[in-house]
Amino acid sequence: MPTIDLSQDDLRTLNQQLQNAARAAADSQANETDWRVENPRGSHAVAVGLDGPIAVTVGGSTGYYCAGMNKEASITVEGSAGPGVAENMMSGTVVIEGDASQYAGATGRGGLLVVKGNAASRCGISMKGIDIVVHGSIGHMSAFMAQSGTLVVCGDAGDALGDSLYEAQLFVRGSVKSLGADCVQKEMRPEHLERLSDLLKRAGADARPEEFRRYGSARQLYTFNIDNASSY
Amino acid sequence: MCGIVGLFLKDESLSPRLGTMLSDMLITMTDRGPDSAGIAVYGAETGEGFKVTVQAEDPETAFDGLADHLSGSTGQPCNLIAKSTHAVISTAIGNAETLITHLRECHTGLRIMSTGEAMEIYKEIGLPRDVSTRFNVADMGGTHGIGHTRMATESAVTTMGAHPFSTGADQCLVHNGSLSNHNSLRRKLQRAGVHIETENDSEVAAAYLTYRMQQGRNLGQALEDSLDDLDGFFTFVVGTKNGFGVLRDPIACKPAVMAETDAYVAFGSEYRALVSLPGIDTARVWEPEPANVYFWER
Repeated sequence: MPTIDLSQDDLRTLNQQLQNAARAAADSQANETDWRVENPRGSHAVAVGLDGPIAVTVGGSTGYYCAGMNKEASITVEGSAGPGVAENMMSGTVVIEGDASQYAGATGRGGLLVVKGNAASRCGISMKGIDIVVHGSIGHMSAFMAQSGTLVVCGDAGDALGDSLYEAQLFVRGSVKSLGADCVQKEMRPEHLERLSDLLKRAGADARPEEFRRYGSARQLYTFNIDNASSY
Repeated sequence: MCGIVGLFLKDESLSPRLGTMLSDMLITMTDRGPDSAGIAVYGAETGEGFKVTVQAEDPETAFDGLADHLSGSTGQPCNLIAKSTHAVISTAIGNAETLITHLRECHTGLRIMSTGEAMEIYKEIGLPRDVSTRFNVADMGGTHGIGHTRMATESAVTTMGAHPFSTGADQCLVHNGSLSNHNSLRRKLQRAGVHIETENDSEVAAAYLTYRMQQGRNLGQALEDSLDDLDGFFTFVVGTKNGFGVLRDPIACKPAVMAETDAYVAFGSEYRALVSLPGIDTARVWEPEPANVYFWER
């Protein structure tokens, strides 16, 4: 397995090598699809802009914007991640073994983000299709203006969950400190339990779907038209 | 932006290394604040009794013969240890008020950085590494310390606009953020007799806490009060003679990471600032909750 040591190589070298490997993998020409990054020591922008199916394991904690804009790659951070992890992810999987700081998965358009610890404020802000599973709890203003995708929280949610929500689906197992404007509790139907069950399994979360409550938009704040439901 | 670092030692055997650890943490935060840097160190053995740290534009002239002059003027012995543009003037605790009044009235070319029995503040414009080297921060021992790297927003890049700010004996504050009601609050505090030197928003926060503590609140309570009376966004780290506190505003945009072991409590604007601390791999590392006062005291 190729290893890049950030105590030896600089960040540009790291990201260039990973991006080249990802592109080669996307063209089915990759020799190396399993990478390891050592000594991240809180560095910013580790493993960003990957555009192909490679696996990257980061052996420690990262700073701002780790795994940003990820497409198809599987990235695991063995420590905690700083602000903006997996921001604007398109597809692939990002797993944080520790905690994630604020705005994890912000504006994400696809893929799966798993936080095995807690996520801080603004988790999933403006999410647009990403699925996020947090094993622990999340902070205030999470899923603010979330448009589509799924946010699953096995612990508790902070203040103003789902404020100004569009069509993202929120599932919380523990308590919700307060709901944001236009966010309401909704009925849990079989299709939701099925969706939740699949996400919990993929995220390695030991929780039963029946233990969760579902929250969604009351659709009073934006112009929702049932005829266009399929495009949301 | 701005960067904050702080270290509160629980294990006294680390005391000789306080400055080295704090200096490394400060330099790591250079790209969050390259305009100026400063440090408040508590318990450094620079002088005895009561300490007044002063700054001068022309230290060679300003500090020459100053100790003898102050001893004569105040009637009690004053010692002076110069460090670059700063000097720590020490005297008997009973002579503190006389010394401070004399410095304010008769030495207007000197700027008072800090006063107190335990605290010294060193701050200048320039890169954190240069500021740290200039004052030889790495060689300072002590019990706790707070550092700041500034990216200026609310007032000019000057020595007096650098952090930490001190508005009371052994009290200091550093701030990442920006306050929006500092002008009205400054006027209120000044009417109440609080001494404020600059146009800087962060100094108003420091003065506010000093004012509340003068009214009998402890530091933890004063920080709680600030959540009601300060408008804007902030992460504060504050120091007192025996204490170390952290507060983030309820929106908590400004980053903060804390680490605690049996040996210390540490604060960094980013985890990067903490990675070289001893035992960090097994420390409890967490992000302080918004609107929640964290306070340690020995």
